[in-house]
Amino acid sequence: MDSLIDVSSTMLYTAFILYLIATFFFGATIRDKNKSSTKGAGVSGKIGITITIIGFLAQIVYFITRWMASGHAPVSNLFEFMTFFGMALVFAFIILYFIYKLNILGLFALPVAMIVIAYASMFPTEIAPLVPSLQSNWLYIHVTTVSLGEAILSISFVAGLIYLIRQIDQSVRSKRTTWLEIVLLSLFIFVGFSIISTSFNLSGYSAEFEYSFNGETVTTDYHLPPIAGPNEGELLTGDRMNPLFDAPAWMKGVDAARKFNTVIWSVLTGLVLYGLARLILRKRVGAAIQPFLRKAKPDMLDEISYRAVAIGFPVFTLGGLIFAAIWAQLAWDRFWGWDPKEVWALVTWLFYAAFLHLRLSRGWHGEKSAWLAVGGFAIIMFNLIAVNLVLAGLHSYA
Amino acid sequence: MNKIKCECGHVNPEGTVLCEACGKPVEGNQHIDGNDQRKLLNMRYDGSARRSQTYNKSIIDKIWNFFSSVKVGVWLIVLALAASAIGTIFPQEQYIPADAPSRDPSVFYEAQYGTLGQIYYQLGFHNLYESWWYMLLIALIGVSLVICSIDRFVPLYKALKMQKPKRHTTFLKRQRLFSETEHVTADEKDKLVSGLKKQRYKVREENGHVLAEKGRFSRWGPYVNHIGLIIVLIAALLRMTPFMYLDEYVWVREGEQTVIPGTEGEYYIKNKKFILETYDKNDERFKEAIEMQGNVAKNYQTNAVIYKEKGETVAGADPELEKVTEDKIRMNHPLKFAGYTLYQAGYQQNEFKSMTFKIHKTDDPDEASLGSFTIDLTEPKDEYQLDNGFSVDVTQYYPDYELEDEEPASKTNFPRNPAFVLTVHPPGNEEPEMSFVGIGKNVDATGENDYKLGIEDFETRYASGLTVRRDYTLPLFIIGAVIFMIGVIQGMYWQHRRIWLHPTKEGIMVAGHTNKNWFGLKKDIEQVIADTNVNMVDDQLDTD
Repeated sequence: MDSLIDVSSTMLYTAFILYLIATFFFGATIRDKNKSSTKGAGVSGKIGITITIIGFLAQIVYFITRWMASGHAPVSNLFEFMTFFGMALVFAFIILYFIYKLNILGLFALPVAMIVIAYASMFPTEIAPLVPSLQSNWLYIHVTTVSLGEAILSISFVAGLIYLIRQIDQSVRSKRTTWLEIVLLSLFIFVGFSIISTSFNLSGYSAEFEYSFNGETVTTDYHLPPIAGPNEGELLTGDRMNPLFDAPAWMKGVDAARKFNTVIWSVLTGLVLYGLARLILRKRVGAAIQPFLRKAKPDMLDEISYRAVAIGFPVFTLGGLIFAAIWAQLAWDRFWGWDPKEVWALVTWLFYAAFLHLRLSRGWHGEKSAWLAVGGFAIIMFNLIAVNLVLAGLHSYA
Repeated sequence: MNKIKCECGHVNPEGTVLCEACGKPVEGNQHIDGNDQRKLLNMRYDGSARRSQTYNKSIIDKIWNFFSSVKVGVWLIVLALAASAIGTIFPQEQYIPADAPSRDPSVFYEAQYGTLGQIYYQLGFHNLYESWWYMLLIALIGVSLVICSIDRFVPLYKALKMQKPKRHTTFLKRQRLFSETEHVTADEKDKLVSGLKKQRYKVREENGHVLAEKGRFSRWGPYVNHIGLIIVLIAALLRMTPFMYLDEYVWVREGEQTVIPGTEGEYYIKNKKFILETYDKNDERFKEAIEMQGNVAKNYQTNAVIYKEKGETVAGADPELEKVTEDKIRMNHPLKFAGYTLYQAGYQQNEFKSMTFKIHKTDDPDEASLGSFTIDLTEPKDEYQLDNGFSVDVTQYYPDYELEDEEPASKTNFPRNPAFVLTVHPPGNEEPEMSFVGIGKNVDATGENDYKLGIEDFETRYASGLTVRRDYTLPLFIIGAVIFMIGVIQGMYWQHRRIWLHPTKEGIMVAGHTNKNWFGLKKDIEQVIADTNVNMVDDQLDTD
């Protein structure tokens, strides 16, 4: 049993490393002499996609062995789900790569997938038993389809982001350059989260608090130094710093203050990383990347971004609305209950429906469409992360 | 109606932008699709005559034109999106936690979230999805769906049916993909046609003019999926009627039998046993997780028997029952019978079934029993006679005792925390004495009682909470969802690609159009012209 779990985590780690190596090969395609970015993949591109596929297979092995070890499909908590989402992202990338053979897509899609997997591994990784409502085949039918749909939609974001970095005029500072920097900064924040959590986890930092939650006294264990402590909480562990301030009282969820503290740390680390990047590059991050993207054709990027939505939208509808409704009907006796997660799935769906309709009119191709793709990804990430952590509902188990 | 006759001889309806047969731009109508501004033709709906773009006189025209606009549709979608998101800021009324100090929405939102919560409540956002304006918004989206679809489908269908292989050169030159080759041999032209056929294009020829077409059916995808959505919306509307949709809740205690609400007294359910299982703490797989988060429930289950009433009901008499089915009701495994569905929805642990009291002398340190009696909490009697001459009156019974403003009261009618005021009549003519007894409570009213009551034993049991549903709208939802999926896949995973070949004096013009995936169309054309001298098409979007 233990050996299976070991195999499983080793394979996940292997996949991560392979994605990293593949990213470098896709990066090398920028310097490829033959300017055939649209025709044929080039040597580095071919190596890159081969390594990506091997990495994907390694991750499949992770998935299957973990399934064998736990007896249920590993999509039942935030770690397992986010990891699966990362895997789906790679899969979606592979599909679109084979349609369009665009190397630059790998240079951005794989890091996004890696950020997602690194983020996932910061959550508890123990194999947990399934509560009765989750004991259904619809659990994995629903979750796998919906995350595949969201992953394909995310490729639209990746293509849109490349489009924006490629196209936005960086010679002067403008609203558009600022927003683009904000989008890039948010990626830094995710990286910051992984770095800061890993470093304090390795150092074994722990500070325990006692506070009152729903009228009961409970304790919570901080693994990051408390900037924000629990509201009216008391520090139990000696020789640890006292919180600089208390989390506001309206943050009600389980361990809300600790999560809030983690968010503060992630944002700070992200800002520091971003600041360092700016110092080293001596220009906006977008401006620094732009010259490397000259070879990518804007209308090709625009088409990939749109095509990803066209492919992902039906998959998302099927998984996120229809399968979800069937399961909800069986488990909770209603197929739709206005639970926050359900509502945000509807919001995502409406957003992409609006996107598809806007593409019918002429003015909404190109840059506007790329901004929309970024907005859609923001909604997806909000639903995956914030709804679970902030707006607790039926899905808060995950 | 002012029909427009094109130079190719085809008669077009009023408002046509591009001739249905040959595609020649109809003079005077080019502003409708913005073709007067640009080189490339706007190919939406193939330049067909749409009612909304043609008439704008009567009030009906105006309403029609308003709702037929995709822009209006997108605005409605965006509004619905924003409204839906607002509804998740604070929990909706039905999600106010059960352990909240007050579940009354007028208190809860302010107490929990302060002024913002108060505003949220007063704006009615705590019940946003049932509010009239949210429903109106959804209804308007429905209207927009219908009108948009009709406005476009009919003329588009006609235009695609009427199209001829021979197209006007203006039409071809103003396509996004276009090329002209000066010298092409007849042999090469044949090669093109066979190449198109090889790629499974449907080829139509007319005097050397060729129209190759693939995936036209994908053009109907949007209209099919809109029909699916309309069906879903109709189903949602029907669901508001009690006949189509029944929603009840019933509590059944272990060993008890009760009528199922909503069945008009026709069906009864018996709870034979309720089972609550948790995961084994020593299970190797889950050991760590259980240590971290405590016990995890594994199964909730009611072993139930369903009965149907037989024959006529005689008032007052016990109904004669016939067994319909016997089964386990578990989460994710509801029980279905005669159109009704029962779902395991909740349970109440440790409900009291009976309590046994004994009487002893107050000053007896051993509390030796002078006699005992058992109260059945489902049907407490007024008086209990004991063998030794004592009798006990049940003066007050609180099934779910709590102190409310210093007064004893019962929170619910379920025996979850039973308490009694009992009057003990000792044998002979001694004075009766009053006592207050409950779990962990034993109060002597006067402080001078000679006899004391003690709880000797009690029995508890589970109560199982079941939802009763009858939903005739489900098939309609399913049909709607299936049609939607068919439509959306049809429209998204296939594209309508067209390639025109137009012979000139010695050469040929090639033009191509698709509603999406230009990359794929270009690849098709590349393959078709391989091994010929025909020029590859230019993507004129770059020069537009």
